[in-house]
Amino acid sequence: MPTPSYPEAPEGISRRTFISWVTVGWVAFSAALGAGLTAVGRLFFPNVTFEPPQQFKAGFPTEYVVNKVDERFKKKYGVWIVRNEKGIYVLSTVCTHLGCTPNWLDAEAKFKCPCHGSGYYVTGINFEGPAPRPLERFKIALSDDGQLYIDKNVKFQYEKGQWKDAGSFLETAAS
Amino acid sequence: MAGKGGFLESIRESQAWKSIFRHGAPDNPRNKVLIVLMNVFLHLHPIRMKKSGVRMSFTWCMGGLTFFLFLVETVTGVLLMFYYRPTADYAYSDIIALREHVPIGIMREVHRWGAHAMVITVWLHMFRVFLTGSYKPPREFNWGVGVILLVLTLLLSFTGYLLPWDQLAIWAITVGSNMARATPFLGHEGPGASLINMLLGFDAVTAGSDARFALLAGRMVGEATLLRFYVLHCIFIPLIASVLMAIHFWRVRKDGGISGPL
Repeated sequence: MPTPSYPEAPEGISRRTFISWVTVGWVAFSAALGAGLTAVGRLFFPNVTFEPPQQFKAGFPTEYVVNKVDERFKKKYGVWIVRNEKGIYVLSTVCTHLGCTPNWLDAEAKFKCPCHGSGYYVTGINFEGPAPRPLERFKIALSDDGQLYIDKNVKFQYEKGQWKDAGSFLETAAS
Repeated sequence: MAGKGGFLESIRESQAWKSIFRHGAPDNPRNKVLIVLMNVFLHLHPIRMKKSGVRMSFTWCMGGLTFFLFLVETVTGVLLMFYYRPTADYAYSDIIALREHVPIGIMREVHRWGAHAMVITVWLHMFRVFLTGSYKPPREFNWGVGVILLVLTLLLSFTGYLLPWDQLAIWAITVGSNMARATPFLGHEGPGASLINMLLGFDAVTAGSDARFALLAGRMVGEATLLRFYVLHCIFIPLIASVLMAIHFWRVRKDGGISGPL
């Protein structure tokens, strides 16, 4: 009676070796896929953006008139620079309601947002409309050459008590 | 049949016809089934369905209407792409030109109103599915696919909103994308962002590296945003939606046909 014959496994490949190689293959494939997807994800964060820098010099303090909202950097950098008797502070032009850009109304001495009517005093404190909190302030300092140095990466929020922090306000000598 | 309509019969007997339609005339139940089964477009549909299942008062035809509007949007959208250039210099004037200078300038309006209509019909479709309880097992997976399709429809509307590149478009996207600031962990003003920055030891999630930045390609809406939204609107989202729609229709068939009790 003939014994049933089974096809023999190819020379040199045992079941154990086969499974090891499949494992190695899958790990390598997963790693390559993960690396590829990470690289594609990174593609969406370019190394250079063609936006105005977040830090910039804004001229000398003497260029700013006391009790006046200066709009020279509103369009490019999105800030108002305000000088009062004591010093200078920098307000963000982003409305705290939904992110539109308010207008400074000199005659009414307030910032007024055209989108939904939020209003802010010259200090940046909100007093009308749907805005839930005051405008944000940015860091202001004096650079070595005596110019104002503004850093939009650092912001100060009134509701967190940060308007008392160093850098939120630049004291100037009476002029 | 034989002997009558010799010309039509000869077409039906030709090799060309038989190579395309591999079944006989629909004069028996088997062929009727084969006609649906062997057609790449129809095979997604149920072979047969209950008469009550396709009553207008029952389905409102909203799923089909939504798909029809998707096709309208695809056709009109491709036609618009022949004229529209997604750059800050040209986008707005191309939109005006589409209305003023291009024949059948109503095409852009059809695309716009079709988009509004599609948002409405997709909501009504969801409402109908809810009212008829058609989200219940075994259809719960298809409900999930449908919810993703609903979100994709809204995202198509949102990305298309920016393309006219007028004041309304720019500020609407500025306001709308501000929500992405509050994305958990991935938005720089969202919950968990400060936790991630603390754990990593440096500012990993900032206005220049968060979910909103990836969406806008910048800290504010600009020309890079226009291009990014254009690609999302014309290629990426429609592609994903098409795949999901195929699954959606297939599962309608596999999960017991159009609505109705099982």
